[in-house]
Amino acid sequence: MDALLQREMYRQMLLIRQFEEKCAELYAGAKIGGFLHLYIGQEAVAVGAVNAFGPGDDIITHYRDHGHALARGLESGPVMAELCGRETGVCKGRGGSMHIADVSRRMWGGYAIVGGHLPLAVGLAHGHQYRKTGGVVACFFGDASTDIGEFHEAMNFAALWKLPCVFICENNLYGMGVPITMNSAVQQIVEKARAYGMPSERVDGMDVEAVHAATLKAIAHCRAGDGPYFLETMTYRFRGHSMADPELYRDKAEVEEWKRKDPINAYRALLLTKNVLSEADAAEIESSVTAEVEACARFALESPFPAESSLYDHVYATPV
Amino acid sequence: MPIITYREALRQAIQEEMRQDPGVWILGQNIAAYGGTYAVTKGLFEEFGAERVRDTPIAEAGIIGMAIGSAMNGTRPIAEIMSINFTLVAIDQIINHAAKLHYMFGGQWSVPMVIRTASGYGQLSATHSQTFENFYAYIPGLKVVMPATPYDAKGMLKAAIRDNDPVMFIEHSNLYGIKGEVPEGDYVVPLGRSDVKRAGTDVTVVAYSSMLKPTLQVAEGLQGQGVSVEVVDLRSLRPLDLAPIVASVKKTNRLVVVEEGWRSYGVGAEVLASVQEQAFDWLDAPIQRVAGKEVPMPYAKNLEKLCVPSEADIEAAIRAVL
Repeated sequence: MDALLQREMYRQMLLIRQFEEKCAELYAGAKIGGFLHLYIGQEAVAVGAVNAFGPGDDIITHYRDHGHALARGLESGPVMAELCGRETGVCKGRGGSMHIADVSRRMWGGYAIVGGHLPLAVGLAHGHQYRKTGGVVACFFGDASTDIGEFHEAMNFAALWKLPCVFICENNLYGMGVPITMNSAVQQIVEKARAYGMPSERVDGMDVEAVHAATLKAIAHCRAGDGPYFLETMTYRFRGHSMADPELYRDKAEVEEWKRKDPINAYRALLLTKNVLSEADAAEIESSVTAEVEACARFALESPFPAESSLYDHVYATPV
Repeated sequence: MPIITYREALRQAIQEEMRQDPGVWILGQNIAAYGGTYAVTKGLFEEFGAERVRDTPIAEAGIIGMAIGSAMNGTRPIAEIMSINFTLVAIDQIINHAAKLHYMFGGQWSVPMVIRTASGYGQLSATHSQTFENFYAYIPGLKVVMPATPYDAKGMLKAAIRDNDPVMFIEHSNLYGIKGEVPEGDYVVPLGRSDVKRAGTDVTVVAYSSMLKPTLQVAEGLQGQGVSVEVVDLRSLRPLDLAPIVASVKKTNRLVVVEEGWRSYGVGAEVLASVQEQAFDWLDAPIQRVAGKEVPMPYAKNLEKLCVPSEADIEAAIRAVL
C-alpha cells in the first residue's frame, strides 16, 4: 500500500476521533443540540472504505455520519458549524448532526430513518448505470437496519438490476440498546446478502487496511458491471448509541475488550513498525490534528446563526 | 383540435417528454410489456426500450426511494404507483425524503421526480378505494396536482416532468376514459393554478378530479332553474391557488366545496378555513362541504354508492347556501 495513503488514513482516523471527542464536549456545553451519535471506535470502517472510492463515486450513510464526512474530505470547520446549527454549516444549519452532506464531494448525506437511505443508494447506483458514468456507490448502514423492509427491497433491486452499489454493513453488534442476538434471526449479516445472490465478505472492521482491501475488491466487481457487493465489517462503538445513552444494556468488560482493539492505536503501532511513520511524524500528525479540531470548534462557535429571514429558503427548487 | 381521452393525453405528455429529454425514464409495476394497469404507458416500452421503461417488483417504498436516488444522480424518473392506496407503503420515502431533502441539505440538490398514481373505487373494497391527496397536500416541499380534464392532464404532466421538485400527480380511474380537446404537440399548463371551469354569479362551487364532472352536471341542471353556478377546478392542491376562489366568493357570496375523500381533515377543510380568513365579510351563508362518508369503503354496490358524493348531494349543498 502507498505510504502516503497509509499516513493519510492514520491522520483521518485520528481527526475523526478527536473531532468526535470535541463534539461530546460541545454537546455537554449545549452548543450542539438534539441527538449526537459518535463514531468513536468505528473509524477504520469509514476511513478504510471511503478512501477506496474515487471522486466520481458516491457516499451515502446513516446518522452516525461525521466519520464518513471527514473521510470524504469535507472540511472540519463547516461540518462542526453544521453541528452547531450555524449559517456556515455544510447545510446552512438546516440539517444538523444526522444530515451532513456536500454535493460537490458527492457525499449525499447522513440519514435518520433507519434503513431509509438504502433505496436512495440503489437509486444513485441506477443513475450511474443509466447515464453510463462508471460510478459506484458506497452505502453504509448498521446491523440493526438489516431487519427492516427497505433493506430487503434495496438489496433485491440492486441484485436484480445489477446496480453498482457496495453495501457496507457496520456491524457493531447493537441496535441502539438491543444486541444483535435479539434483533436478527440470522447472526452473520453476510447470510442476508447470500439470500439475494450477492457476493459478500466479512471483514475485521478494526483493521483499516483490511477494510480498504476488501472495499477495493468490491468496487472492482461493481465497476465491471457485475452487480452489487456486500461487506460486513465487524466493529464496535466505544461510546453509547447517542449522548443520552447510559449503556445499561452491555457489560463494561465487553467495552474494555473492544477498546483493546482500538483501530487507531493498532494502526499507529503498525505504521511505526513498518517505518511508514517515525515517532516524530506521528507526533506531528497528532499535534496538527489537535490544532485543526480546536480551530474548527472556534470557527463553528464564532459563526452566525442562519438569518431568520431565510426560514423559507429551499422549500422548492422550482419556484411556483 | 383533436379530441382524445385523458389516458391518451397522459401518454402523449410522457412520450413527448421522453423524446425530447433522454434523462426522462419511467418505472412501475406492469408498465412495460403489459402497458400499464390503466393502459397509460401502452406502446412506450416498444418505442423506448427496457432501460427507459422499466418494470419493477412489487416494492413501493423501494420504487420511490430508488426513483429519489436516481433523480438525485441526474435522471428524471416518473414512478407509477398503481393506486394512491399503495402510496401509503411508500409514504415515509415521499415525505421524509422526496419532500425534505432539498431543504434539509441546505438547497444543495433537488429531487426532480414525478410520482403518478390514481385514486378510484368500483367495488374494490376498503384497502383499494380511498383517496389520500390531503395527506400529501399537507407536506411542504411536495407539489400535488389532480387534473380533471385531458387538456389539463397533458399540460400539467409536462410541467410536472420539467419541474425540479417532487410532484405527486394524482389521476383517477373514473377519468381515464373521458374525452376532451387537447392540442397536438408541446404546451404546458403551469402547476399551482386553479381554474374557473364555468362562470356564474349566484354561488361558487370548488371541485377537483373526479368531482368536477358531476359538479358541472349539477351546474348545468340548475341553470335551467335560474341558479347561476360558478365552478372552480382546484387542479393543484399544493401550492393551493386561492385567489380565483376568493375573487369568486367576493362575487357570489356563497361557497360549496366538493371532494370524494372523507370529510374530516380533508381538502374541503383547508379551502373553507382559508377562504373565511380572506373573505369572511363577503359570505352570506356558512360554507358547505360535500365529501365522502366516513367509513372504510364497503364492497356492496349500494353501500359503496352511498359513500361517494352524488349529484343529489352536490345540489343539496348548493341549495343549502342559497
